[in-house]
Amino acid sequence: MTATQLRPPVAVPAPPREPGVRRGDGRAALLYLVPAGVVLLALMAYPIYQLVVISLYDYGQPQASGAAPLVFLGLDNYVELLSDPRFWTVLVTTIVFAGVCVAGTLLVGTALAVLASRARRIPRTLLFLAALGAWATPTMAGSYVWLFLFDQDFGLVNEVFASLGFSGMRGHSWIFERYSAFGLVAGEIIWCSFPFVMVTMYAGITAIPREVIEAAALDGASTRRTATAVILPILRPILMIATIQSIIWDFKVFTQIYVMTNGGGVAGQNLVLNVFAYQKAFAGEEYGLGAAIGVVMTAILLMITGLYVRAQRGVR
Amino acid sequence: MRRGQLVVDAVCVVIAAVVAFPLYWMVLSAFKPAGELQSTRLWTAAPTVDSFRRVLDVENFGLYFVNSVIVAVAVVALSLLVSFLSAVALTRFRFRGRTVLVVMLLVAQMVPVEALTIPLFFLLRSFGQVAPAIGLNQLGSLVLVHLAFSLPFAIWLLRGFVAAVPAELEEAAALDGASRFRFTWQVLFPLVAPGLVAASVVSFIHAWNDFLFAKTFLISGTENRTLPLGLLVFFKPEEQDWGAIMAGSTLMTVPVLVFFVLVQRHLVSGMAGAVKG
Repeated sequence: MTATQLRPPVAVPAPPREPGVRRGDGRAALLYLVPAGVVLLALMAYPIYQLVVISLYDYGQPQASGAAPLVFLGLDNYVELLSDPRFWTVLVTTIVFAGVCVAGTLLVGTALAVLASRARRIPRTLLFLAALGAWATPTMAGSYVWLFLFDQDFGLVNEVFASLGFSGMRGHSWIFERYSAFGLVAGEIIWCSFPFVMVTMYAGITAIPREVIEAAALDGASTRRTATAVILPILRPILMIATIQSIIWDFKVFTQIYVMTNGGGVAGQNLVLNVFAYQKAFAGEEYGLGAAIGVVMTAILLMITGLYVRAQRGVR
Repeated sequence: MRRGQLVVDAVCVVIAAVVAFPLYWMVLSAFKPAGELQSTRLWTAAPTVDSFRRVLDVENFGLYFVNSVIVAVAVVALSLLVSFLSAVALTRFRFRGRTVLVVMLLVAQMVPVEALTIPLFFLLRSFGQVAPAIGLNQLGSLVLVHLAFSLPFAIWLLRGFVAAVPAELEEAAALDGASRFRFTWQVLFPLVAPGLVAASVVSFIHAWNDFLFAKTFLISGTENRTLPLGLLVFFKPEEQDWGAIMAGSTLMTVPVLVFFVLVQRHLVSGMAGAVKG
């Protein structure tokens, strides 16, 4: 900018203030913050409050349409929920499922980031393009492609198995059995979420100054020791953030389960919390119970947020 | 050393092919004639647009496509504008309570928005009684909801970019007689372009991908359906028209892919900036 060279000779009154600070900041800032504030208060803060309120009422279809008065239940919805063995099954399932997806995503993403940092330009670009493709694929499209690949009658996977001599695989349903259905969904989720980890980890790896690695080598550190004692500690904060982001995403997965297992699987065997809440509220018309599940989910995620905030502090 | 490098490169290429394969298979199947869908061949000798025609003509996908574009573009434009203003306020103005706002922003990013479906449903129902355009069954409802949910991350991301612009630049602009308003829009706004790109990609993807809110809020009528909802309706297990489903999925994926490839470089630097932010 030429502006800096054209500094006028006039002495500018410079009270000891922080750079960029001017009088009336408060009011100006308020003006700039109003649009975001209004939207976030109306469509995020208020709904959070409402979520809690609804969870305390007997809120079914008659109440929703205004045909029946609201009955305050206090914590009855929560009692009903916590004494429902189904809820506990779904909760445990959600945690284990999210855990598997997170571990898979991190493992694949990190491994491929390391691979990309070692590869030459063209193979690396190909890998990045493929990863970007998987990343960009809309959840809905990704779910259907994976369903199609593993389809009972038309799927490529079954056809390939059959042509390899496993004729029993012809007509095999991958979504009928509980764990195989979960495995298929987890595969799709890892496929579309590892690119985020790969890209951030790759950025982290390439940002490590060459001197650091060379210094370690000069000091006689082996490749493995350089990786574990030098590179890993530098990358730990980024890895931490990627982990917590993945936990948050995978804990509240909805679309893949809903689409691939057709609303939660045979007899609800593939339900996770988010789909469970949706089914309770919008299929079962028990909005109060659905809201209570939402509150539990939010509470769990806020606890993870605590970890996230700490990790963010570690970075700065 | 040389052989090791070759192995690394080869593994890299093979994995790239595996990762890209589902996408390739989707596009290929969309162009296959109906009789070939079950074949394991990796190409087709007789590509046809029959599946696309079926999807677009019979199932009204053209309309759903336009609806999805309207929602996503509106969300991106509004979200960039609003989040840029907030990011400027949070980085270049000093005022009481600023730190609290920043922390709240971080917490807001973690709110599981899907859990808010139930209260939002009732809220939008009431909105609809006052202003039908933003009520249930209207595209406006989706725009509003996605705008709200894209803001915390967008503001957070842009904050880092705005803060990276040195204060001296602002002082220099002020000395040259540029008002703060002018500085904000003519200097700052273009300077944070990589951040704007990254933020717009994220909001676009969220709005474009959304299935839960579309399914919940667009309950009656078909004219306002977005693509994901259209796909769901299209998927009838007993008919298994996979060619058409793959054609619909392809139609849904192409705009995002194009968008991604266009902004790819900015995206990586933007994301890296956000992580370091």
